Amino acid sequence: MRLDLNIIASLVKENSKVLDVGCGDGTLLQFLQNEKHISARGIEINTNLVSAALKKGLAVIQGDADNDLKSYPANSCDYVILSQTLQATKYPDLVLQELQRIAQYIIVSVPNFGYFENRLYLSCKGKMPVTKTLSYEWYNTPNIHFCTIKDFKALATSLGFTIEQQIFVNEALPFSKSFSADLFANIFAKYGIFLLKRGITADTPKSKMAFNLNSKTVIAR
Amino acid sequence: MQKTDFFGKKYQECKIGKIAYIAKEKPITLSSGESLSNIPVAYQTYGKLNHDKSNVILLGHPLTADQYAANKHPVTGKPGWWQHLIGRDLAIDTNKFFVICANVLGGCMGSHGPKELNPDTKKPYALDFPIVTICDMVKVQKQFLEEFFAIEKIFALIGGSMGGMLALEWAAKYPETVDSVISVASAAKHTAQNIAFHEIGRQAIMADQNWHQGNYINKKSFPEKGLAIARMAAHVTYLSEDALAEKFGRNLQDKNCPSYGFNIDFQIESYLHHQGMSFVDRFDANSYLYITRAMDYFDLAAENEGNLSLAFKNSEQVKFCIISFSDDWLFPTSESKAILNALNFVGARASFAQIKSDRGHDSFLLKNQEFATVMNSFLEGNYALRS
Repeated sequence: MRLDLNIIASLVKENSKVLDVGCGDGTLLQFLQNEKHISARGIEINTNLVSAALKKGLAVIQGDADNDLKSYPANSCDYVILSQTLQATKYPDLVLQELQRIAQYIIVSVPNFGYFENRLYLSCKGKMPVTKTLSYEWYNTPNIHFCTIKDFKALATSLGFTIEQQIFVNEALPFSKSFSADLFANIFAKYGIFLLKRGITADTPKSKMAFNLNSKTVIAR
Repeated sequence: MQKTDFFGKKYQECKIGKIAYIAKEKPITLSSGESLSNIPVAYQTYGKLNHDKSNVILLGHPLTADQYAANKHPVTGKPGWWQHLIGRDLAIDTNKFFVICANVLGGCMGSHGPKELNPDTKKPYALDFPIVTICDMVKVQKQFLEEFFAIEKIFALIGGSMGGMLALEWAAKYPETVDSVISVASAAKHTAQNIAFHEIGRQAIMADQNWHQGNYINKKSFPEKGLAIARMAAHVTYLSEDALAEKFGRNLQDKNCPSYGFNIDFQIESYLHHQGMSFVDRFDANSYLYITRAMDYFDLAAENEGNLSLAFKNSEQVKFCIISFSDDWLFPTSESKAILNALNFVGARASFAQIKSDRGHDSFLLKNQEFATVMNSFLEGNYALRS
């Protein structure tokens, strides 16, 4: 399973109700169902992927985050997962608000537009970055709302979320721990994974760095 | 048991196929309060029942179809209405599943309906046949499965259009007897527009002088024109505007210029006439009245204080797959989404897909790979889970 899916799975408590928005072929939900005995629900826009998830015996609705979240009643789930989905929605702020209604916890993974390769690409070439992680041209990308890790955290806080955990991921680089986590992350993380909790508390988030060393997942505090 | 019956305006004699008589000891009480006993249920099966009876699929047929879902129809000689979906290695795989399809109560393909002889008068029931509802049809099918096959638990209920209504009704009323449900191009209620089109059809039948207040069989006549017009009106609702435009456009039928009269000028007219005239060879006019009425009365929310989710309050363990077609305006996606919302509200295990289509409501009867794959994936996924 993808590194980010592994990290997301580690944030979900056993026997909880989980809605995965943009669940793809249901790999993560199936994993959580088998390993953590969750009650799984998925939303996926692509009919072929819906079929693939149905074939795993999952309950999946063909739809998207912008239009179909209203179908879920308040507090119907414990967790909603948005894995690499938020940047493809029309109204990320409204989507997060809807999710706040549905579940107490939201797990979001967002690509970091502030990653240094993107910064270099834009400043040196003067063109919108086309990289391995962001492999589309500006005119055909499904990712219509890019943000940096800083941007995302500002939005989450302004919408009344507490960031309970934040995990910054770069599969390629072994990180030095001497940097201040947030500054470090906004430049060197390819994407961030956040465990958001409904409501504001004074707690500071638990920060983690994650990277992939010799294809072994390492999560460093 | 075997039985021969007569069909359509020509009173063509045909063998019905398999028939079971049910409710001999335990009468069935209808919504209207009347009760039925010792009534025929005509059915077909596909595949083999496994030893623990855990592979049963009950298929609900649409309004004017019948139990011949996947084999040659004895009256028309045409393949079954889901012949392309039911069979070995097809979407509903008969290597695995035992599929049962029964003609509904009120139908005209061998099950108890207005064409049957009333034992008291030795004449066809005609309008003395009790008004039946979707709920009554389900009661009959449930008792049929229990009495005839000794089947108490169904792996999957599948149905398109009215068949979907049967599946939803069953899942709402007897959730403990169902593992999964596939509702295709269907709805939890008949809308005002649905009722309106049905009423046009019924009025056309009843306005035909050969209808004789429903007693046409005694008079050896047949309300052919009325029933044909009913079919023509209904058939338009089964197609999309794009499908009509693409298939016929404004093309003229066997002529280069209009006749400036009221005979058939356009291809679409010719097509509709053909649809009407072939329908009257196989379907019974009174059955059409009774079944359309049953659909009109169907409203799962109304029975639950207008709250559809209450209808499914005990169906939390049932796995649902709600399927709609993108250009179906008779049973639009919005109606399927209403079912989905109600299911989500009670936390049921609901799946949903809207299939891209270009043939309107009829799309659920036509070959469509996306649809076949969704249905097959849902069945296979859930079957693997339970075994």
